[in-house]
Amino acid sequence: MRLMIPLAITFIAGMIMILNFFIPHQPFAFLGDNLQEWYMIVASGAIFLGAANLMHVHIRKIRLRLKNWEYSPVTIIGFLVMVVTGLVYGVTENRPFDYLFMNMVAPMGATMFSLLAFFVASAAFRAFRASNWRATLLLTSAFLVMLGQVPIGAMIWDKIPLAKVWLMSIPNTAGQRAVMIGAAMGVVSTSLRMIFGIERSYLGGAD
Amino acid sequence: MERIWLLIPVLLMSTAGPAASDTVGPPGTGVPATFEAPDESGPPEVSRAVDLQACDVSNDAGGAVDLTWLMETGGVIPDSLAVIRTSPSGEEERIAILAPGSIMYRDTTASNGVEYEYRIVSLIRGEEAASSGTAAAAASAQWIHSGRIGMMVILIILAGAILYFIDTGKKGKQLYIREIAGLAAVDDAVGRATEMGKPVLYIPGIMDMDDIQTIASMVILGRVARKTAEYGSPLLVPTCRSVVMSVSQEVVKEGYLQAGRPDAYNKEHIQYLTDDQFGYAAGVDGIMVREKPAAIFLLGTFYAESLILAETGRSVGAIQISGTAMPSQIPFFVAACDYTLIGEELFAASAYLSREPKLLGSLKGQDAAKLFFIVLIVLGVVAATIGQFWPPLNGIAEFLRDIVTVN
Repeated sequence: MRLMIPLAITFIAGMIMILNFFIPHQPFAFLGDNLQEWYMIVASGAIFLGAANLMHVHIRKIRLRLKNWEYSPVTIIGFLVMVVTGLVYGVTENRPFDYLFMNMVAPMGATMFSLLAFFVASAAFRAFRASNWRATLLLTSAFLVMLGQVPIGAMIWDKIPLAKVWLMSIPNTAGQRAVMIGAAMGVVSTSLRMIFGIERSYLGGAD
Repeated sequence: MERIWLLIPVLLMSTAGPAASDTVGPPGTGVPATFEAPDESGPPEVSRAVDLQACDVSNDAGGAVDLTWLMETGGVIPDSLAVIRTSPSGEEERIAILAPGSIMYRDTTASNGVEYEYRIVSLIRGEEAASSGTAAAAASAQWIHSGRIGMMVILIILAGAILYFIDTGKKGKQLYIREIAGLAAVDDAVGRATEMGKPVLYIPGIMDMDDIQTIASMVILGRVARKTAEYGSPLLVPTCRSVVMSVSQEVVKEGYLQAGRPDAYNKEHIQYLTDDQFGYAAGVDGIMVREKPAAIFLLGTFYAESLILAETGRSVGAIQISGTAMPSQIPFFVAACDYTLIGEELFAASAYLSREPKLLGSLKGQDAAKLFFIVLIVLGVVAATIGQFWPPLNGIAEFLRDIVTVN
């Protein structure tokens, strides 16, 4: 029973969504739309679970003086300040919440995103070592693409931008499409396995 | 094509501001534009909608009719257009007021099977100045989405192949699955963490549970949790979504139960960080730097944070196994991680790790269906290429394209 109920729910919900995709007629359209709304409601309710978990984990850390507990007050204060300013003053423009978001949250996010440039450089440095013929091929292609992207590439040889366009639109697109087709097959296959109850390891794997 | 040429002056007139016959108050005076007759020979004709067409919206649940028309050129531009609907009983209803340049409208309040008559009325100061002819249509619901029949065929072929090979697997026939290095290394990674006395960090991507990659990741998390429970290593799972946190807690708990180590399960290790993409990346980076995990799994949907996470993981010396079906993030993982599951390998993980005949059968079925579509693609490419010189083959290429196109 412990397994049958979740499997039955998965089967019914999955079949409704599949039928909704192929059959626009009622009641499938109505049922499909409703299921998606239910998910939104459940996900919205789960936000409280997340917030409760965040508070619980960090309060416990502080209370028991666990490793790195010093960071937890920062998290809790940041969380509470945003919640209180949002609830008391609203989240519209020119309110304290908006001020904090635009002047603290957004710049911090931008800072993290900016780090990507350095990480790309270090990863490229490792990836573009000509250790074998495949790596050399990758290095050459990457060099051409980067050179074709900037004006100096065309100044060196006017065919370099054309080579870049060819590399990006033919071999690169072919490779990406191969990955996407394979992934799409995997998605359909995984979905079918779950809907038909063949894949049940997410329920604990019991038969 | 003729209609398109008719449209151009209409659009130009509707966007170019006041017509020559309008008078506008001096700039900055705030005096509104007013309509005036251009001369004393009588008011000019007001532009009206012509060539009105009404048709049922295809591939829907009914209740909708599409209207399209063109606007007459040369006349006075109306203030607005009204869509008038007449029911079979003769009752007239104004169902919408539109901007004067409008050339289409979708009536979503129609009843199925009732034939309505529509006309478009040009309004000047709210009064009817001109009217189009009428067009009639009845809304109806369709049982099959005609643009998705090809997809349905694909699904039936795939499902058939999967069921056939599952049956083959259940009968005990040995099914060969090629080795996937990333999955073969799962045990080694967990074992390494155990030997070093460090935790295992599992990152299930940044998307919610309605993403199939997150679901696939949860399946692998169950296997990893069982291994960490057997080996006695702590398993840390920071999540970006509350629902994913709840599901992860249940999956890990089940894994520990399966391994006979429910006492080792620690709910605090599966925690919610934030929904914010880079906030999450910062939080996970912090965990990596502080806890220095010996093994890191990055399995699920990742976007720009993929390389930030993978490079930080590399900097702390962890063995990293990544997997995603996002084509744009795979190169980053390949560059920064020890093993990468590319696309479909992420979805094959559960079957590969469990070695259950039923699951392996489904993988073989997937491969067989893939072979079928490879043949279709090759045929399509050949037909389209030869079709350049011998046009009859273009029909075959078009047919194949239609099959695999989802609307």
